[in-house]
Amino acid sequence: MSLTRQEVEKIAHLARLSISDEEMPVYVTSLSSIVDFVAELARANIGAVTPMAHPLVGLRQRLRSDAVTETDQHERYQANAPSVQAGLYVVPRVIE
Amino acid sequence: MLHDLSIGALADLLNERKISSVELTRHFLARIERYDPVLNTLITATGDRALLEAADADRRLRRGESGPLLGIPLIHKDIFCTDGVRTSCGSRMLDNFVAPYDATVVARLRAAGGVMLGKANMDEFAMGSSNETSYYGPVKNPWDTSKVPGGSSGGSAAATAARLAPYATGTDTGGSIRQPAALTGVTGIKPTYGRVSRYGIVAFASSLDQAGVFARSAADAATVLQAMAGFDERDSTSVDVSVPDYRAALEQPLAGLKIGLLAEFFEGLEARNGALIEAALAVFRSLGAKTVDVSLPHLPLSVPTYYVVAPAECSSNLSRFDGVRFGYRCAEPKDLMDLYKRSRGEGFGAEVKRRIMTGTYVLSAGYFDAYYLQAQKARQLITDEFRAAFTGVDLLLGPTTPTPAFALGAKVDDPITMYLNDIYTIGANLAGLPGLSMPCGFIDGLPMGLQLIGPHFSEARVLNAAHQFQQATDWHMQTPQGYA
Repeated sequence: MSLTRQEVEKIAHLARLSISDEEMPVYVTSLSSIVDFVAELARANIGAVTPMAHPLVGLRQRLRSDAVTETDQHERYQANAPSVQAGLYVVPRVIE
Repeated sequence: MLHDLSIGALADLLNERKISSVELTRHFLARIERYDPVLNTLITATGDRALLEAADADRRLRRGESGPLLGIPLIHKDIFCTDGVRTSCGSRMLDNFVAPYDATVVARLRAAGGVMLGKANMDEFAMGSSNETSYYGPVKNPWDTSKVPGGSSGGSAAATAARLAPYATGTDTGGSIRQPAALTGVTGIKPTYGRVSRYGIVAFASSLDQAGVFARSAADAATVLQAMAGFDERDSTSVDVSVPDYRAALEQPLAGLKIGLLAEFFEGLEARNGALIEAALAVFRSLGAKTVDVSLPHLPLSVPTYYVVAPAECSSNLSRFDGVRFGYRCAEPKDLMDLYKRSRGEGFGAEVKRRIMTGTYVLSAGYFDAYYLQAQKARQLITDEFRAAFTGVDLLLGPTTPTPAFALGAKVDDPITMYLNDIYTIGANLAGLPGLSMPCGFIDGLPMGLQLIGPHFSEARVLNAAHQFQQATDWHMQTPQGYA
C-alpha cells in the first residue's frame, strides 16, 4: 500500500468528506492503486517543459468590463438552499 | 417510421407541415414510455413541458418560420442546467436542485426550436465510463441490456441508439461522448475546447470539459453542432472564432486527405478491433484518402496525466458543494465541520469521493510538484506532439475503445481497469482537440467505434470525413433489435 490509513484519513479531512470506518479500507486500497498508477508520471523523463496553462496556443484569460450584469435574484437562488432565514443561509452556530 | 428518419428529413416534414411538432413529440414520448423502464436513460422526463414547447414550435412553423431544428425533440444530459427543471448531475447531492437558469447550450437549442423530452442519466458528476456511478441506477445498453452503455454520457448515448430522440447532448472530459457513442453504435462528437460554451454545465474538470452531440449520423451531428457552437461571453474560455458552415462542408470529396495512423493506438490492439479499423481504412482509401504512419511517443502517459489533472480540478470544483447554499444537507449536524463532512460524505457516491480525494492528494503540499506540475508538463508535451503530427496529416484515425461494451458490474470494483477504457480518447481532451466516434462494425454482436481526431477547430473536416465514410458504408444505419 502506498498510502496508509492515517494518510487517507488526513486527505478525507482536507477534502471535508466523512468516510465510515467500514468504507475506509476500500479507499485505502483503491487510492493506493491510483497513486501507484499515476506514479508513472513522476518516473517519466519529461525534462524542462513549461507546464500547460491553456491547450490553445496564444490564448489568454479574457477579462470583461467591470459592469453589473446580474440582477438580484437571491430569493430564486435561495429556493435551492437547505435552510434560509430572512434572506440568510442558516448553519449551525459557529461563535458562542 | 418517424424515429428512423434523419433530422434533415424530420425538418422537411415539419417545414412542409406534413406532421406537427406535437405529433412528433408524442411519438418520441410514447417510445420513452415503452422502452425507458428497462433502459433507464432518463433521470427526469419532461413530457408535459415538451408538449408545450412543441406547441410553441408549431406556432413558429405556422408563422412561416423554418429552421433545421425547429420542432425537433432532443434529450439533454442532466449536467446541463435547465431553468425550472431538476438538474441532478446523476448525484444525490443535487437530487433536489432545480436550476435557476439555462446553460448556454440549452438556451441556444431552445432558441433553435428544440423540444426537450427529458434529462439523461449519466455517471455521477460525469465521473465514470459505464454509467454505473449514477445515483439513479445504471443505464442499460440497448444492444444487450446486460451490458453497460459506456459513460459518462451513457443515457444520452443509449437514448440515441434506441431512437428515443433524434439527438442528445453530452459532455466529454476524457471520452464521455466518444466512448459511449462507440459502445452504443451512434455518432458522437466532442468539439475543440472552447468551441461550445461551458456556461451552465456543472463543472467537473474545467480545462477538459467540452459539450457535444450524439446523433445517428455525422450529418445530423453537424446540424446540431451548428446551433450549439460559437462564442459566449459568459464562458471565460469560450473562443471567439467564427463557426464555419458544417453542413456545407460535408460533401467535400476526400481525395488527397491525409490520415495519420498513430503507432501508439495500434500497439497491442485486439485483433478483431484492428481488423475493423483496417476495413474502415480501406473505405477511406477507396474515397481517395492517403494514410501516413505517425507516432506520439508521450501519448502512453495520457491516462496517468488525465487521472492527475482531472481529479485535481474536480476536487477544486466540487468544493462548492458544502451543504449550505444548495444541494444535499445531512440531518442534524452537530457543528459546521460535521455539516460539511457528512453532507459531502453522504451526498457524494464512492467514485466521486475517490476522485475528490485523489485530487486533494495530488494538490497537497509536498506532492504538488511530483504529480500535478509533472502532469501539466506531460500534458504540454502530448499537446506539442499532436501539433507536430498535424503538420503532416489532416486527421488522425484509430479505435475509440479497446473493447465492445462490457457486462454491468464487471469493472465497478477496480478503478484502474475502468480508467483504461479511456486510453484512446483522453489524448484529445488533454490537447483540446476535436474528436468524433462513429460505428465501424461489430464484435460479438456489439457495436464498435472508430475515432477521428483533428487539429483545433477542424470540426468541419472531421464531420466531412465521417459523413463521406457514412455515405459509403451502412454501419451507422444498424439498429439494435427490439427498438424498431
